[in-house]
Amino acid sequence: MKILSKTYIALILAIMYIPILVLMLFSFNSTNNTGVFTGFSFYWYQELFRSAETFAALKNTLILAVSSAVTATLIGTAASLGLHRMRSKFLRGTITSLTNIPMMNPDIVTGISMMLLFVFVGTRLGSTEKLNFWTLLIAHVTFNLPYVILNVTPKFRQMDKHLPEAAQDLGCTPVQSFFKVELPCIMPGIVTGFIMAFTLSLDDFVISYFCSGSDFQTLPILIYSMTKKEVKPDIYALSTLMIIAILALLILSNLSNGRDDGLARLHNWRSRVREKVQTRREAKGGGAK
Amino acid sequence: MKRSFRFLFLMAASLMLLIMLVSCDGKDTITLNVYNWGEYISDGSEGTLDVNAAFEEYYYETYGQKVKVNYTTYASNEDMYAKLRSGSTGYDIVIPSEYMIQRMINEGMLEELDFDNIPNFEYIAPEFRNQYYDPDNLYSVPYTYGMVGIIYNTKMVDEADIGSWDLLWNEKYTGKILQFNNARDAFGTAMYYQGIDVNTKDRAQWEIAVNLLKQQKPLVQGYVMDEVFNKMKGESAAIAPYYAGDYLTMYDSNDALAFYYPEEGTNVFVDAMCIPKGSRQKNVAEAYINFMLTEEIAVANAEYIGYASPNLLVRESEDYIAYMEDWHEDAMTILYPDTASVPTQYYHMLDAETQAISNELWEQLKIESSVGDTVHVIALVIVVICTAFFLWRFILKKYRTSQY
Repeated sequence: MKILSKTYIALILAIMYIPILVLMLFSFNSTNNTGVFTGFSFYWYQELFRSAETFAALKNTLILAVSSAVTATLIGTAASLGLHRMRSKFLRGTITSLTNIPMMNPDIVTGISMMLLFVFVGTRLGSTEKLNFWTLLIAHVTFNLPYVILNVTPKFRQMDKHLPEAAQDLGCTPVQSFFKVELPCIMPGIVTGFIMAFTLSLDDFVISYFCSGSDFQTLPILIYSMTKKEVKPDIYALSTLMIIAILALLILSNLSNGRDDGLARLHNWRSRVREKVQTRREAKGGGAK
Repeated sequence: MKRSFRFLFLMAASLMLLIMLVSCDGKDTITLNVYNWGEYISDGSEGTLDVNAAFEEYYYETYGQKVKVNYTTYASNEDMYAKLRSGSTGYDIVIPSEYMIQRMINEGMLEELDFDNIPNFEYIAPEFRNQYYDPDNLYSVPYTYGMVGIIYNTKMVDEADIGSWDLLWNEKYTGKILQFNNARDAFGTAMYYQGIDVNTKDRAQWEIAVNLLKQQKPLVQGYVMDEVFNKMKGESAAIAPYYAGDYLTMYDSNDALAFYYPEEGTNVFVDAMCIPKGSRQKNVAEAYINFMLTEEIAVANAEYIGYASPNLLVRESEDYIAYMEDWHEDAMTILYPDTASVPTQYYHMLDAETQAISNELWEQLKIESSVGDTVHVIALVIVVICTAFFLWRFILKKYRTSQY
């Protein structure tokens, strides 16, 4: 059984990572042949650094990803706070479902409806370029929002609701109690939400395709347009660099977390779980009697 | 606590910085928005000339005005059309194919060009002026053209079998043949083969073509567009209809590939530069078009793209001929065949009714048993198992709760 489970994991990992490894391998190919590996070279990396078009697209993509993720994180955290404090259960449920719509909606529907809205409003306002960076940003923030809310809301729920009360008892103003007590508690959720929003915005094609104007082309759109002829291996080189950068970032963040409070947090969590189990057992035991 | 503040502050700061980055455009610089096919201009990669940068420099030197070429790309005529049609009219130059130009002219989407600003138009070969799509040549200036032919692998295909479209229907090469994955070009292969007018409105003719394609389907390895490059280069397929210019690109990686124009006739396309309605920099756009027709630039583009150029300066340029012949010894005859030996025909814009016939028959062809019955059976089994599982759990739960 153990061997079976191990092979299963190996298989899953292989299926996930072999395509990436093949892409990395062919970024070092000396010709643009994707069938045969003709020789090792850094040729496509040199090409990549010479290609102004690719770099402009990469810059655009990063600008868009960071700004939309930041905006979505700010709005999303505020929204979760509001939802958490809401008294009416019905209203909370309705608003939660409403904010989830952009996530459930197929990208193409979101993209087209957003484009129609922007063009309609743009025509009303009489602007010449109806689709530009700002429309793209609005669209990205829209589809990023539910992911942030989804990550932050559970943190609010996990937080002891007496903590802010205690803080205010001890002399905090409501604002202080939010920044000093609640925010640190929900920080992990905010960071996860931010990262998710960032990655989603980074690789979004469909919505960007409909909502981008003439002055702002992102990397996925550029790569798609290359399929008229063929995608050149300098894109493989770029992807390889991006994967390495993300990998380095992940390792770094894991290392730093592990060093300062990863262990402590784990400890905390375990004792909390134990407590919960204990109380539940007691409750159940009482019920049976 | 401090950490969370720092994090928030960092986020806000980076946001401000980025927004500043986006919005800091020089006021005295004109932006020219060029919308072109992907990989369709000499862009400075692999030691070629960067045409857009050269234009910015040229314009500044000639007119003393700074111009920034904002170059974006699309993958098909229809993509470009949808984008323009959506009302986002920020483009100054687009480069559609001939049938799309006809449609855009009909729908009033193109601006008439001022040919006084495009004196280099005189270098365009006479056979590319006043074509059907733009009879008085008011709207468009040809950029590239090309023809469809058949690419085959000399290691796998017998030389005796070549010459006609019937190679695509040759049972000897079952599983080694590729076909276009778009209705117009795929029907085209069958129609040229049978000598049917590709712009016919007669449903019966379209049905003859679709029957031929259905007959071909078991022989075909796949319906492809740009995958054709890897399949032909990697020799997983032996025969494919595609464009002459793209054949040269494939030949670059695999010199066992060869090319011919079918004797029955074939398709020719022209991609031409146009200025869409709503352009705010019409003069600069015309200067750009004119610049693209100068010898140095046109040669650089023709060498980069590998498609044929309608520009006479290019065809007579010794550098260009030497470059192309170094690429492939017959490159010049492949790209610029004797027009008498290969009958060619343009695709016209189909009217709505014919378009509907074409779509319907194409769907018929693609849907028909494209997934085997086994796939259906497996999918059905999975659905049944899932339903049974949830039903069973539901019943179990009901049963358990009733016990208490």
